[in-house]
Amino acid sequence: MTEQYSERNLEFRSYTYNIPLENIDTDQIIPAQFLTTTERQGLGKFCFFAWRFNQDGTVKENNPLHDHQPDHQQVLVVGSNFGCGSSREHAPWALLDYGIKAIISTRFADIFRNNSLKNGLIPVTVEEHVISFLQEHPNSEVNIDVSNRQLTVMDYGDFEFPLDSFSVFCLTRGIDQLDFILQNEQEINAYEQRYNK
Amino acid sequence: MPQQSHTESTLFEKVWQRHLVREESAETPAILYIDLHLLHEVTTPQAFVELKKQGLRVRRPDRCLATIDHSTPTSAPDENGKRRYVTEQARKQVETVQRNCEEHGIVLHGWDSPHRGIVHVMGPELGATQPGMTIVCGDSHTSTHGAFGALAFGIGTTEVGHVLASQCLLQSKPKTLGICIEGELAKGVTAKDVILHVIGKIGVDGGTGSVIEYFGSTIRAMDMDSRMTVCNMSIECGARAGMVAPDDTTFEYLQGRPMVPQGVDWDAAVADWRTLKTDSGASYDQLVNFKATQIRPCVTYGTHPGMVIAIDEAIPSNDDSISSALEYMGFEPGKSLADEAVDVVFIGSCTNSRISDLRAAAGILKNRKVAKNLRVLVVPGSEEVRREAEAEGLDRIFIEAGAEWREPGCSMCIGMNGDIAAPGELVVSTSNRNFKGRQGPQSRTILASPLTAAACAITGKVSSPLPFLEADND
Repeated sequence: MTEQYSERNLEFRSYTYNIPLENIDTDQIIPAQFLTTTERQGLGKFCFFAWRFNQDGTVKENNPLHDHQPDHQQVLVVGSNFGCGSSREHAPWALLDYGIKAIISTRFADIFRNNSLKNGLIPVTVEEHVISFLQEHPNSEVNIDVSNRQLTVMDYGDFEFPLDSFSVFCLTRGIDQLDFILQNEQEINAYEQRYNK
Repeated sequence: MPQQSHTESTLFEKVWQRHLVREESAETPAILYIDLHLLHEVTTPQAFVELKKQGLRVRRPDRCLATIDHSTPTSAPDENGKRRYVTEQARKQVETVQRNCEEHGIVLHGWDSPHRGIVHVMGPELGATQPGMTIVCGDSHTSTHGAFGALAFGIGTTEVGHVLASQCLLQSKPKTLGICIEGELAKGVTAKDVILHVIGKIGVDGGTGSVIEYFGSTIRAMDMDSRMTVCNMSIECGARAGMVAPDDTTFEYLQGRPMVPQGVDWDAAVADWRTLKTDSGASYDQLVNFKATQIRPCVTYGTHPGMVIAIDEAIPSNDDSISSALEYMGFEPGKSLADEAVDVVFIGSCTNSRISDLRAAAGILKNRKVAKNLRVLVVPGSEEVRREAEAEGLDRIFIEAGAEWREPGCSMCIGMNGDIAAPGELVVSTSNRNFKGRQGPQSRTILASPLTAAACAITGKVSSPLPFLEADND
């Protein structure tokens, strides 16, 4: 399962969907009312809940995501500071379950970015002009190559995006970061001894 | 004696350096040791599931400390002593953390504990939070604990699992941002106004990638509750953490608390903690200066904590970037918020639910009545705050004014427990986030200090606390 997951995320091709808003916070991505769950699965139905649904669960008339096809448009293009606010990992869980594989922005909030990478949701940081092009060209075909940190926007160009070596290593090989930490158990023991912890 | 290092370091660098199990390299992040892991019911269940799946134990249950705060009702139990959870799922979540803590030998301050409270109120009260520590919690407002000179930050649930299993985290070294605030605050201007002002100036992402150190005479003059308010909202400008160098104010606060060292160990700890300050030759990656005299009581007018004005100021006009926020809030550009009708006032949250916050609010509400048709919730941050407030008679002041005096918890800051505002209602709140629907679907939030919130409670409108403070002076 893990292997498959990482294979799928190594490199993928999809189409973009624009949400041209800045500072989309984690309360928008998944409202707090859904955080009493003790599961991490099945949160896609709550993704952007207040935008898509009325409180009774009926679809909103003015749902701004009404024309989004998550099966086909697995890459969101959003304004800067995406994922600001809470540390809830439910945000990337919800986005992934909703069908999103990558998000393109000029800037991500730290904790959200970190949580995303732990779950194989790829934060693709680009310069403003890439966002402008994508906003002017909805449903653009893009290719995201995690190993080479490369975003290809059809009819526009190739762009390298920042991703630390360790995340690339773990994502592309399906390595659990906890395993890496636990391989250093002797160092942890030594540290505890040295500092009398 | 270890060799003295000749490099000048910031407070952050000193704490970082002390916790390196393994240095960062080009290929791998640093492995950082975590001294204290705080847990609550919302962000931990999936981590324990993962632990079980991998057949792992909690490495250091003695370095974990848990509470229940988010999904817990703040109403009194029913006649049978049953807690009135908002949903069965909320009850199940609380029971899950109880079971997990029991199974793994983690101390949980649950319903029966006299120390139960919002995780970021409880930790400092117990003295679990100490200078120079690394502290994490699956909660973004963990930055609060930085007020003690700890490196404290929020993590996701996967990382909660990492810390449970290894007592360590993988971290890349953040940048440093120095925020210097000099001068004396005017009457009626609180720590909350200071941090709202700062976020308003540097922006909602002005701290992204950085750990902030707050310093300067204004910060030095603050008590610990105020410093916690400032550090608490560091995350609202995107910072990973906020820190204040420990000093006598810190040590006086901590001395004698249940979890701090005693006797000669205390003296040794204080001697060490005194070294936790930025050396005079050290520099920050970025430095921003503020003058305390330029800070007035602040409120937010939009849908993130960077949309801040002084309470007597007009909402910016000709700014397209705030138009959707203003549309949501129902406010007009170029206009002041004065006299905007308020539906709910919430005094509480890990930002402003400590005893000094409640004293400030009670000072204004004393011998006054809350406005008609206004709901006012006062929610102490912990059982200890509740006891202290009740011993001082603050609960009577709130109740006689017409406010609700509730049981400790996160309550309407996040609204997970059913304490929510109705769609469209305008809440003046001492909490930390004014995101759309944060305090209930389609609710609208104005962030403010406890003084301002109390003033609004009396007038039923967005109001400055200054006239009340002046009247009480006469």
